Amino acid sequence: MSLKNWLYALSAAASLTLPAVHDAQAEDSIYVPLFTYRTGPFAGSGTPIANGMHDYLTLLNERDGGIGGVKLIVEECETGYDTKKGLECYESVKPKKPVIVNPWSTGITLPLIPKAAVDKIPVLSMAYGLSASAKGDTFPWIFNPPATYWDGFTQILQYIATQEGGGVEKLKGKKIGYIYLDASFGREPLPLIEQLSKELGFEAKLYPVAAADMQNQSSQWLSVRRDKPDYMILYGWGALNATAVKEAVKTNYPMEKFISIWWPSEDDAKGAGDGAKGFKTLNWHAVGADFPLLADIQKHVVDAGKSQVSGKDKVGQVLYNRGIYNSMLIAEAIRKAQEITGNKVVTGEDVRRGLEGLNIDEARLKEIGLEGFTSAVKLSCADHNGHFSTFVQSWNGTTYEKVSDYIAPLSDKVGPLLDADAKAYAEKNAPWPARSEACDAS
Amino acid sequence: MFYRETGQFKQSYAADQAVFPILQDRIGLAIILLVAFVVVPLFGNEFLLASVMVPFLILSLGAIGINILVGYTGLLSLGSAAFMGVGAYSAYKLSTIFPGVNILVWILCSGFFAAGVGVLFGLPSLRIKGFYLAVATLAAQFFLQWCFVRISWLYNDNPSGAIEVPARTLFGIAITGPSATPVTRYLVVLAIVVVMTLLASNIVHGRIGRTWMAVRDMDIAAQLMGIRLLPAKLLAFAVSSFYCGVSGALMVFLWLGAAEPSAFDIKLSFLLLFMVIIGGLGSMIGSFFGAALIHILPIVIRMLPEALGLPIAAATVEHLTYLIVGGLIIFFLIVEPHGLARLWQIAKQKLRVWPFPY
Amino acid sequence: MLYNIFIDPFVQMAQMPDLLVQTLWEGLVSGVLYALIALGFVLIFKASGVFNFAQGIMVVFSALTLVGFYEKFSAYGFSGHTAAFVALILTAGVMFVLAMLIERVVLRPLVNQPDIILFMATFGITYMLIGFGEMVFGGDPKQMIASELFLPSGSVDVEMLGGMVSFQKIDIAAAVIASVMIAGLALFFQKTRIGRALRAVADSHKAALSVGISLNQIWVIVWFAAGLVALVTGIMWGARSDVSFALEIVALKALPVLVLGGLTSVPGAIVGGLIIGIGEKLGEFYWGPLLGGGIESWFAYAIALLFLLYRPQGLFGDKIIERI
Repeated sequence: MSLKNWLYALSAAASLTLPAVHDAQAEDSIYVPLFTYRTGPFAGSGTPIANGMHDYLTLLNERDGGIGGVKLIVEECETGYDTKKGLECYESVKPKKPVIVNPWSTGITLPLIPKAAVDKIPVLSMAYGLSASAKGDTFPWIFNPPATYWDGFTQILQYIATQEGGGVEKLKGKKIGYIYLDASFGREPLPLIEQLSKELGFEAKLYPVAAADMQNQSSQWLSVRRDKPDYMILYGWGALNATAVKEAVKTNYPMEKFISIWWPSEDDAKGAGDGAKGFKTLNWHAVGADFPLLADIQKHVVDAGKSQVSGKDKVGQVLYNRGIYNSMLIAEAIRKAQEITGNKVVTGEDVRRGLEGLNIDEARLKEIGLEGFTSAVKLSCADHNGHFSTFVQSWNGTTYEKVSDYIAPLSDKVGPLLDADAKAYAEKNAPWPARSEACDAS
Repeated sequence: MFYRETGQFKQSYAADQAVFPILQDRIGLAIILLVAFVVVPLFGNEFLLASVMVPFLILSLGAIGINILVGYTGLLSLGSAAFMGVGAYSAYKLSTIFPGVNILVWILCSGFFAAGVGVLFGLPSLRIKGFYLAVATLAAQFFLQWCFVRISWLYNDNPSGAIEVPARTLFGIAITGPSATPVTRYLVVLAIVVVMTLLASNIVHGRIGRTWMAVRDMDIAAQLMGIRLLPAKLLAFAVSSFYCGVSGALMVFLWLGAAEPSAFDIKLSFLLLFMVIIGGLGSMIGSFFGAALIHILPIVIRMLPEALGLPIAAATVEHLTYLIVGGLIIFFLIVEPHGLARLWQIAKQKLRVWPFPY
Repeated sequence: MLYNIFIDPFVQMAQMPDLLVQTLWEGLVSGVLYALIALGFVLIFKASGVFNFAQGIMVVFSALTLVGFYEKFSAYGFSGHTAAFVALILTAGVMFVLAMLIERVVLRPLVNQPDIILFMATFGITYMLIGFGEMVFGGDPKQMIASELFLPSGSVDVEMLGGMVSFQKIDIAAAVIASVMIAGLALFFQKTRIGRALRAVADSHKAALSVGISLNQIWVIVWFAAGLVALVTGIMWGARSDVSFALEIVALKALPVLVLGGLTSVPGAIVGGLIIGIGEKLGEFYWGPLLGGGIESWFAYAIALLFLLYRPQGLFGDKIIERI
């Protein structure tokens, strides 16, 4: 075998005529790529999100002719929740001048964080990704509204405290179990848990679940039986959630004391049957299709056959609505960018400013047709997250219903951690560019 | 007609033992190097460089590492992704502890750490063989991956749990980090891969390589001939892991830019092994062919509908990609079970006797 | 430290015997289920020397087909137990067609190739099944039609040893069905004509051919049997979590079982499954906390590796005889 041979191979590969990337950004359109995953082990969560994101933007095109009269070019790129494919997607959409990307995977978000400033493409990682990227001064190009995983954890703790009939001091002496995906996502709250358990005096029990054992959690739940925690907190994803709910039912764990971060879907709870009633998750937007906007989507998109939803009942599910929320942020950011710059066709830089100036108040929500869908969203140059309140919803056997008021995060606990983390990130990745982007006073 | 070695007489042993004894091979090599180093960077667009060529080269390097173990020494391993991870994490640790030293030095050094770990997990290979060994190396895969998640020292306690690549330069030009252009990254990777491939080619053609092949063909017979099995097998593990480690470090530093432990999961181990098998076991060029088939082919298939203007949803394209790639793998195996490298050899033979095949 | 490793776990076992029983039971159930997956591998490996990478995706594919059929029936108003069993039979039919296709398109042209080439070919099958399955059924997770298949739910709680041990009915059913399945297969291969032919093929392809055994027929039967095993695995694991492409990961659990039990031994798969199942539950439950938990993913391999060092061909594997 000669060296020549492999070099031939190399040249053959190199000369592969890749299709020329045609310039998608015609004069009067805005290119919005959607990174989605309708395939692979996590497709169950990815598909409704993808449908929600896609349908909202399609509605704007169909009903309003785009945003501010400019058509959106909406294009999906399949990532399969795989970091390598996600980066491939990013490289393939980059020449078409996207105004924003939403990676929908923490693994894909992390490599994009340093790239965003160089490529001038803002990254919207909605309630996932790097928590510290909430700090707009360090990460001018990354946005992760409406809350971080740390915020979520403190919100769950406060909910538990109210169940115990008081403030967080009621947590003293309680035993709180934390069952999580043993990867960066689930491990992120660990430092916070350690700190809070000392400060608030509760005992934390950790139950890590390896990704390979997502469907095989009996040992973790045996330990739950042994430790008898007063409350259980779940940070899972994909099949982990469904299995955890089933195992909790099997273990006879009281479901009303089992509270999850915002990712479980209807399917995750449905599989466990009646036993799952009372299972709780955080959420920041309504469930159901009872909104003018969703009715419009039904009319203009779903009924017109322009959506990929498999059934009408899918419109309005938790993760579908999460996709709607994500696209609402995109659309409103583009609108804001048009407003700030006065241009019809905006660029990634403009949309970054649009995101920083994002201000969706109740009146605007009503205009969109989403009155009561969620609380107002307002971002700023310094705060790219907003740390908005979320509420707890409970599974009633057919759907989730809201069972608590909006709960604000314990910002005094989370804030210092975020600051420290953003600083550490900049130091570890030195030379990290200082923020050079001006701030529009809004 | 064009590819004929008649008339090329060797007048010394040195000439006869050259890696490229045939003139046409040397010309071909020169052309390919020219294309790879000059034409591709000049004319390739960013996507070609960043998403096709850089991953292709890095995966090829990993595949070469596995080929050394599986193809040349006959030891089946499914832990290669974890060894890539060892390389990546040690390069990260080294470059953050000693930021002053050039990153390329650390990327190459990281191979030694991977080699050390590889030797450790290669120890059972003396007793365990075949698929049993493959599954035994899975222990390495899962244990190391668990370590990447659990030992926060490995990723400098980053709250993201991932290793993030700091920006580093070579002669003032950024080669890692966000501002490194795809062209620079491509050239750096290409240079490393070319040098390491030459090195590997020399190793497997020399005494060590022959030892390995003797072990592969029948280890008891090799032992009778005076080959000491343990050092030979462990050396294969070490060299193989070295290549995997460097390729893992390259993967994080010059391709991904940041990596969670799941980047080194078992899927990658399987993919690399399959690259080697479909490319051709015991063949350097096969590693490149295999990497091309498994990495580049899906990209091309994914891009086709768009290029042809067919309105197919992204998910459907993905399904079709799976179907077609799966079908092609079976097709190639049926056509030539010894891998693509064998097809290449046959093509060369045909070329040699062309146009008079008798 | 030493106390924590060597004494404390046993003290815990003695203090809470009910939990120990529960752990052993959970280990037993997962052990039986692992054994079931491993069985699929062993059957194929014995008969055709193929290490079947596609077993995991066959689990997903068969379960999806079953649920898919049932959903189609329900859409036309045909539901309930009868529909579920019709779907089950149809799915078995699909697995048979799949076995025929694999034999015809993949195995026959590749006959007499090295093991590793056939291994690679099953990777091609995996890709095709992923693509085909996702195209037909989509990526949404589906609910296993457990109650329609008369699979019980709920649990039996037994008070014993000063505590409560709860046996899930579905787990009991899983253990029983898996045991019946394994016993049935064992009988089939020991007592019937086809079974003898299969064992002949396993011993030597050429010798089997020379006495007039049709290799092709045997392969179809074996792949069909593996498909059925995959279907049962899919139903059981699907009922424990949900039916989605994530189930593919479960099949990886069979690998340590295989090494431990030996690639060619049916009893090995069973004993291996039980050792791994019980071992990893005990390990995770009693020793896991020392390392922060979550050690299950590699603990099984560590057990397998230890056994392998003692017996390189697995507990029940054929002894490797090497000649020059």
